[in-house]
Amino acid sequence: MTGERLQAAVAGEVLAGAEAGVGLVQSIVDVARAIFVAKAASIALVDEEAAELHFAAASGEGRDAVLGLRFPLHQGLAGSVVMTGEPLIVDDLTRDPRFARAIAEDSGYVPSAMMLAPLLHGERTLGVLSVLDRGRTDRATLQELELLVTFADQAALAVNLEAAARRAAGLLEGEGGNDAGAMARLAGVVGALEGEQRDAALRLVTALADLLKR
Amino acid sequence: MPEPAILPAWSLSIAASVPSLRADWPSSIDREWAWGDSTGRGVSVCIVDSGVEAGHPLVGELASASAVEVDGEDVRVVPDEQGDVAGHGTACAGIVRSIAPDCELHSVRVLGPTMTGRGSALVAGLEWAVDQGFDVVNLSLSTRKSHVAAALRELADRAWFARVALVASANNMAVASFPWRFASVLSVGSHDGDDPFEFHANADPPVEFFARGVDLEVAWPGGGTALSTGNSFATPHIAGITALVLERHPGLTPFELKTILYLSASNSNGAP
Repeated sequence: MTGERLQAAVAGEVLAGAEAGVGLVQSIVDVARAIFVAKAASIALVDEEAAELHFAAASGEGRDAVLGLRFPLHQGLAGSVVMTGEPLIVDDLTRDPRFARAIAEDSGYVPSAMMLAPLLHGERTLGVLSVLDRGRTDRATLQELELLVTFADQAALAVNLEAAARRAAGLLEGEGGNDAGAMARLAGVVGALEGEQRDAALRLVTALADLLKR
Repeated sequence: MPEPAILPAWSLSIAASVPSLRADWPSSIDREWAWGDSTGRGVSVCIVDSGVEAGHPLVGELASASAVEVDGEDVRVVPDEQGDVAGHGTACAGIVRSIAPDCELHSVRVLGPTMTGRGSALVAGLEWAVDQGFDVVNLSLSTRKSHVAAALRELADRAWFARVALVASANNMAVASFPWRFASVLSVGSHDGDDPFEFHANADPPVEFFARGVDLEVAWPGGGTALSTGNSFATPHIAGITALVLERHPGLTPFELKTILYLSASNSNGAP
């Protein structure tokens, strides 16, 4: 396999990984909604630079309206969960003045109860999993909270995988002209060479690596 | 007053030894002895959180409100003019007030709308609270930032020796976070009972106590309430009960406080 082909193959796999990550995140909100017999579920991701949260996946009521919607990082119950890193259940939003009603109204669905858990990866908070208006189950509230946290952990893994795959895809496509992108391009060029030219290039790269290691 | 020590503080002339436990420490402890009809009068409790809405019907007035400002490397504690930015601190303050209605409530806000500088803000806010010498500090928060863990551990130890009872919320998530895991704090998780004075000692730490944290009506900014669940709300129950004990028995060390809480827990012999 030539270098370009190899690079293309790897890029293809990585992109497929990113798409699978998106699918997995969507699947998690779908399953969460089903397990909690909820009207809706969603995942909003943190955009640290813009200081915003944006809905990356949603299921159930208001799904189409909510996807892609952005709101300030500190706003609403989701903002509170991002701030504290702690899961939260609030069961009477009608009495809750902090609840970001405007965001809910934008989505076309205003819930009366929410469960939220942060998506944690190492030291970072990646986003928030929200479950709206859960139905009656035979689980006690504490068990509901524990189950929600388990889903949030799974969602964090999926979001992190998807983000890593996307970053890798960007590097393989040479976006941004950064170091890893340059390495990927070099690998592609060397791999595409043949015969003596290829042998010479490999000797050069090996010697360069030895030199830089000193 | 004894003469100032010439020997280093970590040596002892036996002749200068003073009783370590209170003279009236009973052979067995019950809640009547531990806090009886205390209301927290004369005991200061500081809420290190998202700020507190002063004047909320369930919170009442605050003795002081401060906020940590982070501007790059510059971290300062300034008077707070924003109140509660998330609702979390007000909820915790309301619970402390419900347990210890006459305690002196203070607030220092360490949470803000931006993600950056949170670890530094937490350390600065906690350091400020410990240095103020508040009797009880409620910390319904934790951080996963490993670079501040050492500073927090040092602060928790400083609080322990300064007789500042640091009551910290265990994280509900299966992640490493601080300072609740430190042995020098009183760490709290939730149980699903509905009695605010029911708390259990945990035989299998690091979480040391479980208090009410499920389906409880908490104060929420705007003067209202919300029905809420989380370890964050269990912690101020223990902070409030600690304030009650300190009114009855001023000057207890956190070690003695922990012992009293263990012995008067609902799953121990001292429970009613």
